[in-house]
Amino acid sequence: MEVLKIATAGSVDDGKSTLIGRLLYDTKSLTSDQLEAIEKTSKMKGYDYLDFSLATDGLVAEREQGITIDVAHIYFSTKTKSYIIADTPGHVEYTRNMVTGASTSQAAIILIDARKGVIEQTNRHFFINNLLRVKEVVVAVNKMDLVDFSEDIYNSIKSDFESLMSKRDYKEQNITFIPVSALKGDNVVNRSESMTWYKGETLLEHLEAIENEDIYNVGTPRFPVQYVIRPKTDEFHDFRGYAGKVYGGELNVGDEIVALPSQIKSKIKDIYFHKEVYQTASRRSSVTITLEDDINVSRGDMLVKVEELPSTEKQFTATISWMDGRKFTSGNKYVIQHGVNKALAKVDTIHHKIHPDYSGIDSGVETLVMNDIASVTFKLNKPIFFDAFKDHRTNGSFILIDSQSNNTVGAGFIQ
Amino acid sequence: MNRDTSNINPLEHEAIYIFREVAAQFEKPVLLFSGGKDSITLVRLAQKAFYPAKIPFPLMHIDTGHNFPETIEFRDRLVAELGLELIVRNVQDSINEGKVKEESGKYASRNSLQTVTLLDAIEEFKFDACVGGARRDEEKARAKERIFSVRDDFGQWDEKNQRPELFDMLNGQIELGQNVRVFPISNWTELDVWSYIRKENIEIPSIYFSHTRATFLRDGLIWSADDDVVYREEDEVVEERLVRFRTVGDMSCTAAVLSEAGDIDTVVQEIRESTISERGARIDDKRSEAAMEKRKQQGYF
Repeated sequence: MEVLKIATAGSVDDGKSTLIGRLLYDTKSLTSDQLEAIEKTSKMKGYDYLDFSLATDGLVAEREQGITIDVAHIYFSTKTKSYIIADTPGHVEYTRNMVTGASTSQAAIILIDARKGVIEQTNRHFFINNLLRVKEVVVAVNKMDLVDFSEDIYNSIKSDFESLMSKRDYKEQNITFIPVSALKGDNVVNRSESMTWYKGETLLEHLEAIENEDIYNVGTPRFPVQYVIRPKTDEFHDFRGYAGKVYGGELNVGDEIVALPSQIKSKIKDIYFHKEVYQTASRRSSVTITLEDDINVSRGDMLVKVEELPSTEKQFTATISWMDGRKFTSGNKYVIQHGVNKALAKVDTIHHKIHPDYSGIDSGVETLVMNDIASVTFKLNKPIFFDAFKDHRTNGSFILIDSQSNNTVGAGFIQ
Repeated sequence: MNRDTSNINPLEHEAIYIFREVAAQFEKPVLLFSGGKDSITLVRLAQKAFYPAKIPFPLMHIDTGHNFPETIEFRDRLVAELGLELIVRNVQDSINEGKVKEESGKYASRNSLQTVTLLDAIEEFKFDACVGGARRDEEKARAKERIFSVRDDFGQWDEKNQRPELFDMLNGQIELGQNVRVFPISNWTELDVWSYIRKENIEIPSIYFSHTRATFLRDGLIWSADDDVVYREEDEVVEERLVRFRTVGDMSCTAAVLSEAGDIDTVVQEIRESTISERGARIDDKRSEAAMEKRKQQGYF
């Protein structure tokens, strides 16, 4: 069964939770006890409709304030696909949650309130999904019922959004517009009877048609070694297997590889998945690889094909998303986690801050605060093996860890 | 030899990746094993992650003393067959030591008492990572849980201050005294688990399948009357019913469902068509809208 991860983005009151609730309801994914709870609470609050947002707003604080404050994961499936929706909050101050949600998603839904049109928040949502190179973006123009299902209003919002699109870096992103009413159920799962002028797919039809092969960014194969398996049993006395996940492309038995950082060459002897052996380790599979030669490889090392070396540098420039309450300043030191590899990083230069609403950059910036996005050069204590983020979504990204708090304080995308 | 691994189950490969991160990033991990289908699935995934080596950490069961006997028998057999190390810590001991007080009355359960025994065991063995079978689809507070979820010295969950998890990267850096709860099957649904059990031919305790049991009705739920564990009032009539259990928690808080599903195929079919959520038969969640969130803040698994 294919799994599609979707991030949602919208401002407060754009009806994001209602849209997700509607998707669950119309695909019959809500169970009778969930539905019962929604009916009960809606009635208690005096609503004359079902408040589907109650299906997703999980934490007590959220129910009290009526807002979503953290990424929640919602699951439903159809006959063809399993869906995981990362419901991310829309307020300005929670950019970090949106970056987080987009990082694990292959598709995004950006909500626009038809009464308000494209607002500054919309720019941010689009900017972040483009920065994170999310392949499929659906722009759902919601609350169409409150603008009399007007085609003109929909078209004018669409053209406003299209002028944003010319500013994007990642041009290969697929963008689809759909007019919906989450509250009334128009064009979410079921076709709208009030918008016969719209001839395109409903939201669910569109999601169902997305081909998995199209949404995973393809690159060169990278195999970061997670763990070395040495059973030391009689049966597997000399077994030395490298456990890890294959990213970007595939690896085959017999491939000539080079281990980084040692630069020692060898060939892939066997590819194991549990007790089975395979000819090819495909993208995204967690396998165990053995090599022809007995070379020293440990966690954090990387196996790559000889003719496809990544950059191996102690310095690089990246776009970073700062996620912590403490300030980010030149000279600060962090632990950098690049895949399963770690190094110490020092902030060398903050080049400029990037306004995530396409309104330009600020040069001469000394410090960054939470939710800032900036172009930064780091110096490391040892080389890491990376690709540019635009060429390799996995091998071009990293997180920053504060060595005092141990918290994840930022994410970076190597330029 | 098989051609390639392209026809993979992405959830299985994600879980194996997580298990390997646990083994690599922590010094003393443990797999929390309840004898339920989710933790049995975890054991299979861990075997796959480290083959041909053995699972490089022990299993631990926090025994409420109110488990279904079938589950305990099953647990001991599985551990013996796979040659795994099993640690058992008992809620009864915590009660005897006066650390927790047994609940009384109609809705008495030892479920929430487990927390104290669990936290004591974590401290006793100095575990820095506890792998569990919780899934985000189970409950609304769990939907916000991270894959690596940091707990403080008191085992508490600070839901507002969780580490962001980006791409595949799991940050397991902690201070001495803290520990991380790890949830490799976070992204699985109940149906995903059952489909996996079927595909992998994994053995599970018999109470998951339809059987005749002495039961009584309360609040629309079916309770086991086979033993003294579940409190029953005199006017609550015992009747034989054909039932099975969807979750295998503490007997005092796990209700049965009417079912004729006698094998794995019919169980999968039943789940597919079910309109009641898995935890709908767990009275511990019904106590209030925020029941799970409150228990988690206190260190519940």
